[in-house]
Amino acid sequence: MNRSYLPHTPEDRVAMLKVVGANCVDDLFVDIPKDIRLGRKLDLPEKMDEVALLKELKFLASKNASFEDYSCFLGAGCYDHFIPVVVDHIISRSEFYTAYTQYQAEVAQGYLQALWEYQSMVCLLTGMAVSNASLYDGGTAAAEAMMMSVSQTKRNKVVVAKTVNPAYRTILNTYAIDLDVSVSEAGYQDGVTTVSDLSKVVNVETAAVIVQYPNFFGSIEDIQALANVVHEQGALFIVIVDPIALALLEAPGNLGADIVVGEGQSLGISTSFGGPGLGFMATTEKLMRKMPGRIVGQTVDTEGKRGFVLTLQAREQHIRREKANSNICSNQALCALAASVYLSTLGKDGFQDVASSCLQKAHYVYDKITSLKGFSGVFKSPFFKEFVVKMPKNVETINKKLLEDKIIGGFDLGNDYPELKDCMLICVTENRSKKEIDNFVDRLEALS
Amino acid sequence: MKKAQELVFELSRAGRRAVDLASCDVPEKKLSDLLPGISLRKEKAPLPELSQLDLIRHYTNLSERNFGLDSGFYPLGSCTMKYNPKINEVVARLPGFAATHPLQDESLSQGCLELMYKTEEYLAEISGMDAASLQPAAGAHGELTGLKLIKAYHRNRNDGKRNKVIVPDSAHGTNPATATVCGMDIIEIKSHADGSIDLEALKSVVGDDTAALMLTNPSTLGLFESNIKEIAKIVHDAGGLLYYDGANANAILGIVRPGDMGFDVIHFNVHKTFSTPHGGGGPGAGPIGVKKELIPFLPTPVVKCVDGKYSFDYDRPLSIGRVHAFYGNFGIVIRTYAYIRAMGADGLRQASEDAVLSANYCLSRLKDTFDAPFSRYCMHECIVTSKKQKEFGVKTLDIAKRLLDYGYHPPTIYFPLIVEEAMMIEPTETESKETIDGFIEAMLSIAKEAKEDAFLVTTAPHTTVVTRLDEATAARKPVVRWQP
Repeated sequence: MNRSYLPHTPEDRVAMLKVVGANCVDDLFVDIPKDIRLGRKLDLPEKMDEVALLKELKFLASKNASFEDYSCFLGAGCYDHFIPVVVDHIISRSEFYTAYTQYQAEVAQGYLQALWEYQSMVCLLTGMAVSNASLYDGGTAAAEAMMMSVSQTKRNKVVVAKTVNPAYRTILNTYAIDLDVSVSEAGYQDGVTTVSDLSKVVNVETAAVIVQYPNFFGSIEDIQALANVVHEQGALFIVIVDPIALALLEAPGNLGADIVVGEGQSLGISTSFGGPGLGFMATTEKLMRKMPGRIVGQTVDTEGKRGFVLTLQAREQHIRREKANSNICSNQALCALAASVYLSTLGKDGFQDVASSCLQKAHYVYDKITSLKGFSGVFKSPFFKEFVVKMPKNVETINKKLLEDKIIGGFDLGNDYPELKDCMLICVTENRSKKEIDNFVDRLEALS
Repeated sequence: MKKAQELVFELSRAGRRAVDLASCDVPEKKLSDLLPGISLRKEKAPLPELSQLDLIRHYTNLSERNFGLDSGFYPLGSCTMKYNPKINEVVARLPGFAATHPLQDESLSQGCLELMYKTEEYLAEISGMDAASLQPAAGAHGELTGLKLIKAYHRNRNDGKRNKVIVPDSAHGTNPATATVCGMDIIEIKSHADGSIDLEALKSVVGDDTAALMLTNPSTLGLFESNIKEIAKIVHDAGGLLYYDGANANAILGIVRPGDMGFDVIHFNVHKTFSTPHGGGGPGAGPIGVKKELIPFLPTPVVKCVDGKYSFDYDRPLSIGRVHAFYGNFGIVIRTYAYIRAMGADGLRQASEDAVLSANYCLSRLKDTFDAPFSRYCMHECIVTSKKQKEFGVKTLDIAKRLLDYGYHPPTIYFPLIVEEAMMIEPTETESKETIDGFIEAMLSIAKEAKEDAFLVTTAPHTTVVTRLDEATAARKPVVRWQP
């Protein structure tokens, strides 16, 4: 059967079998016992030609609402930011996206340099000394940071703020259970974790404390004050960040963070129904050799030319096996490249403009909505691009109505936070025009 | 002569920009009013400032210093570097997929949910399992999820003391590393010289503390484990489960299925077997398949279909929880789906048959010049070593580096660990005979050079943008970022 991904013609096969010395291809499978062979065709749909395949995928795609037609005010860990067109242009270069991991550095200098530049940018934003070349997503990055802390402190209790993304907290519990690590939660007041909330649950048995900045509600935690509580007990401070916010907010590295992780999807990566995303991790010089994942280092070749290699590989599974820091192998390299391109494209001023626009628009929307009858702000704590509003009706009803006007409404907090029943987490990025925003507010007003 | 590639930071000049962003079109307030009492950055982060042309040129130049599969042959054993179909890149970028929010209303995500549901069905059928999950973001992540399922299964049966994972010494590093991340202890058993499991060694280590055996089949040596049914029985009789590392699944599609071999949990590396691009180190995906006993423990949510309507089921009381904030690398799953639809059952089977034929062809043509430790037919990958070149002072590393000068990416080197100076060659089914012949000619030529001009080989590569790099200093004195 001639297929475009299967080049061997019958003539090719005859020639190759002759060299191999076998009569037919079946001879080559002699080691597979007959009694376990499938013995029938796989029950899969008939193969499709390119025309039919395109049609089929387009049809499936057409059944989904997308940001082309809908205004998105939903965040909760995944964000519709504007992606400059150059990003996709560059990550579509096949020398990047079809390449393997950079184990043969001499033919991977381009990618290695791009990843080294990415690592540098993560350090610039987070204020930390070193970064790795990516993890799977923000949630698993938090879990890896948790494991780093347990290994470093030799303690097995971890505290996570309730204001951390509920899905991330689930991931932490999923990872912790098999490591005999116990995870407890710190409460919040007015949308943020207070020093007193934290002091109640952190002690000398705590390996790490994990908070989010801005937190799941969009509110801004007092990182320095919380860091002091953590360090007083000898624990490590893990801060999960929204990288866009770091254009405006003080870097967590300057406020006492020991490990900074987060979701980098906001940095030029499509939402794509939740994945692939980009887990990032940065830490102190002291904890560098405890970090999971690949790390690119600068070096020289035999002629003294600058070059780059994967380094500190003795931390990794292919060298240390069961003693490795983590089991991670393939990560999210192409997404790290996208983030690097995004940050270089926006540049020093553009990056701050985007963050500033998010901040201004979110507050504009907040002011407008909370002045509507039946809608009220829930927290007074300062927020970045997301905030919580109490709705006059249940969130599900409101969102269903908004969909009719091609608006994707915010996240229903009541499922994860019973105390926040009928409260919606609304997200406004720089990608929402004033027209979209005014329309959103008008539609909400009509619903109350 | 090509000059050294400057850093993006070195190309930066104040005031330049690479994109014209929309300006903020709402009335603005003062920062101090919006964020009272909040610590703010004192200075903007010194990100590079480039014109769009300089930015494009920088990354284009970087790409030219990088070797992708579209550039040339990549016979990396156990990596299955098969062609990445371009239609997959097109469909993954359709806004109806790429511009969707994972938490948007399910009634308006039916296309995404259907694609996920169907992909799970296809993977379950291909692997001979009862259900699948697409949540793991990579093969090692699939291993982690799978072992957690196994632990949860034992715990649920009040058999939680089972915490030993058996791996052969030929196992990929992620296997033992994964066991550690899951809080389990490794028992490593010595394989026979051909990488097959020593049944007596296995019998001597199984017991009531056995959680699982992790195995790849074909093995990491590219040879099929013919005793798999006995192996499965030994482990199952002791109360343990069998985990299948799907890294080598490209040898057996449509021919034999891990579920029928006796495995209880499997993972696929879709960036290997199912053509999704390697991305320079990801994103890939590591979907898992399970037998029905493990279904209750699958990560949440699970996609269900009732009367043609798709939805997420969050009511999973025995679930291990989550291993991803959303549903896994959906964008990569799209490519997997498109590949399976393009190939169909016939195409997948032919892929495996052609992959195995091509690997045997390589072995046959190389085995007289290079030491080939295993004389029987291989599966989708074959192993040769540099033993015959040792007397000239040439090692596997040298041969690999010299291949770069010939325009080929080297095979996998120094893996599996149990074969000394190994070179593991996996051509895959997407390479033409001419390409494979070219590679073989290069290997034969290098063998000749080893005899006649060993220095040329031991100091290779000569034609790449850099020569061999000082990895020792890079590790001793790490420089892992730019300093402003």
